Amino acid sequence: MQSLKGVKIVEFAAFAAGPAVGKHLADHGATVVHIESKVRPDGFRTHYPPYKDNIHGLNRSGLFALCNNDKLDITINLKKAPKATELAKKIVAWADVVIENFSPGTMARLGLAYQDLKKIKPDLIMLSSSNLGQSGPHAHHAGFGSQLSSLAGFTNLTGYPGGSPQILYGPYIDYIAVAYGAVAILAALDYRKRTGKGNHIDTAQYETGLQYLAPILLDYKINGRVAARNANRDPHAAPHGAYPCQGDDRWCAISVSSESEWKALCRFMGNPSWSAGKKFASHESRKANEDELDRHVGAWTSGLSAHDVMEKLQKAGVKAGVVNRMCDVYEDPQLKSRPQWVELDHPEIGNMHYQRPPFLLGKTPPGPAQRDPLLGEHNEYFYRELLGLSRIEYEELVKEGVID
Amino acid sequence: MVAVDRNEGLLAPFRVLDLTDELGFLCGKILGDLGADVIKIERPGGDPARRLGPFFKDERDPEKSLYWFGFNNNKRGITLNLESPKGREIFSQLAAKADFVVETFTPGYLDKLKIGFPVLSKKNSRLVHTSITPFGQTGPYSKFHASDIEIMALSGCMSLTGDPDRPPLRVTFPQSYAWTGSYAAMGALIAHHYRQDTGQGQHVDVSAQATMLWAFSHAHTFWDLNRHLEQRAGSFMTGRSITGAKMRVFWPCQDGYLNFIIYGGEAGRRTNQALVAWMDSKGGAPDFLKQKDWQSFDIAKVTQEEIDRMEEPIARFFAGVTKAEFFKEVVKREMLGYPVASVKEIFEDPQHGARDFWQEVDHPELGVSMTYPGGFAKFSAGACRVWRRAPLIGEHNREVYCGELGMTKKELDKLRKEKVI
Repeated sequence: MQSLKGVKIVEFAAFAAGPAVGKHLADHGATVVHIESKVRPDGFRTHYPPYKDNIHGLNRSGLFALCNNDKLDITINLKKAPKATELAKKIVAWADVVIENFSPGTMARLGLAYQDLKKIKPDLIMLSSSNLGQSGPHAHHAGFGSQLSSLAGFTNLTGYPGGSPQILYGPYIDYIAVAYGAVAILAALDYRKRTGKGNHIDTAQYETGLQYLAPILLDYKINGRVAARNANRDPHAAPHGAYPCQGDDRWCAISVSSESEWKALCRFMGNPSWSAGKKFASHESRKANEDELDRHVGAWTSGLSAHDVMEKLQKAGVKAGVVNRMCDVYEDPQLKSRPQWVELDHPEIGNMHYQRPPFLLGKTPPGPAQRDPLLGEHNEYFYRELLGLSRIEYEELVKEGVID
Repeated sequence: MVAVDRNEGLLAPFRVLDLTDELGFLCGKILGDLGADVIKIERPGGDPARRLGPFFKDERDPEKSLYWFGFNNNKRGITLNLESPKGREIFSQLAAKADFVVETFTPGYLDKLKIGFPVLSKKNSRLVHTSITPFGQTGPYSKFHASDIEIMALSGCMSLTGDPDRPPLRVTFPQSYAWTGSYAAMGALIAHHYRQDTGQGQHVDVSAQATMLWAFSHAHTFWDLNRHLEQRAGSFMTGRSITGAKMRVFWPCQDGYLNFIIYGGEAGRRTNQALVAWMDSKGGAPDFLKQKDWQSFDIAKVTQEEIDRMEEPIARFFAGVTKAEFFKEVVKREMLGYPVASVKEIFEDPQHGARDFWQEVDHPELGVSMTYPGGFAKFSAGACRVWRRAPLIGEHNREVYCGELGMTKKELDKLRKEKVI
């Protein structure tokens, strides 16, 4: 049995911030229903590459696949009030948890605010995940994680001093909010079990991101220091960076944060004469001469393969790690041994690497077990079998364009 | 400050033993934010991570690490030497009554001391034991040592960050530790759910490398689906157009940089239109932009030539704008985009004040109160917040060892002399 078997979740959600929460819970056995409509499918299906073979199609999105395995997919056109609203409420009454990541106010406009839903399901748990939160002067400002990562300070810390900030790939901060959103739901489920109380959870992706920066926020308030980007440098280590290796664009990260690591690195490099000098005799002097140090280390690594540098330095007691490329992650020996990926066949994508959770539970191993669903794939199964609509009711809703 | 009671937290009934270094700090803190009783167990003399800066008033002192304060609040603190037999006995006693153990030791270390999960779970079958390591408990790299930069490298993150003609980069302030700690909390609570249902605890094996795969979303799926390799592109965004066009993300402005991207989809079209209207109001919109048919603009098919042509006048316009002005206009005009904020500007954002996000926490021994990021979520029932500052070294030894385990003051002194605590 999986850990979350029996937990019923419904998502009025699209893109990453909502659906990736549901994905993690589905990986552990929760029944998760992803709601879309044919008039407005999930944005990952419509305008967010990659699509298989670069051919756009609603069931060909790699990112939708990544965020929605093991879910049921149903369609409902929420604009068709009041029937669609009634149907949505019926679905909520069936569920334990609602996940929504529309811009604040949207659920209320649809007649599906927490206060409305609580009337039909008093102990409902609802996660509202938004850019900036459900309240406050900017609440209604919608946005994407790829830009919120800048407002929350992350890209200001990425790049070279004096140069432009650099991007963090994708909607970086969304997946921070995803971890907190899932944690919040799990805590609320436990709380409900003990107290009978439901919960409305308001996560601002902005605020969840700031949790990761607590020390430098304190540093500003206490010391007046404004943290700035400084490429790969670190105050506690030198050398500390990515060093070029044999081959096209291959690199190995190396960091030295103690005297014993420094000695091991020198020994391993063959105790070159430059390393014996005063310039590199202590952490402080290595920091003071770091550009020169980086050149020496880089000259040494460039004659070696990245994997050699890593394996041998690790054996010698020095921290080192190959810079894996996107073409390496499915073959990385460590990820493969966990195994981190599950290959499943998808009718339009073909073979796809679905992602397992970063935590493995000993007794209740997680999925993925099922590929991501096609748009509206489970309409009949969900509405008829799980929700209990009669054939006539179901067909009428389809005909009226409510289930669409 | 209003007196607050941890018992209002959602997870108040539960006890966590936290034996983590910086890789796992946030896991215990998150459970603590939710009201769990978290006891940080440090080696005698204190956790080596107390040497991590920045420091209070830049004074290097294990009791003044802001890094420690930021990620270890909501915990009590005791010291204990697990390498002494008496220390192990005390730990076993504590673990027998705990709901969670969270630790970051090298795989096999606790087993060697005979206090690993198999031993602990014999006395406490309900225990959820979460092990957090750079690469996981098993596999060819499981004994590798890694700090943030090696984790960022081996996860693939660095291959996507930095200029194409310069080395791959990490984020200057370590990210992988916080990511790993928060995903570990998710894993621990999934196991908790199962335990509350069945009475059965279990082991949770967290990998930092695997956690960081989520930090770059779907970049690897380009390889999976189309054998296309996503790579670092400096301040440009790639992967939004099937033609391979890249879009500028960062634009120099009067006092720094703005994050603005020519997007597609409904919100993107609305944004592009609103920007042109804003530019036009200042006389900065060329005719071809004003005449553009945004309804038929398809970001997934746009060419580099078209993007370059659009970006040129936009760059000129943004060069004359300040960050604050841009932020005001994007909110007002419902455009996508944000300024590249520094920590200073984050504190100036009125949104946080209105949401009562910041929390003042007293540090009486330093004679100050400090402003912390508050709870990570707002719950309509039950609370999530900072309840207490991070512990001093061994601050709660007496409270825990005498108050809970029933030791006498004399026994405590003896343990101290024997360097058990």
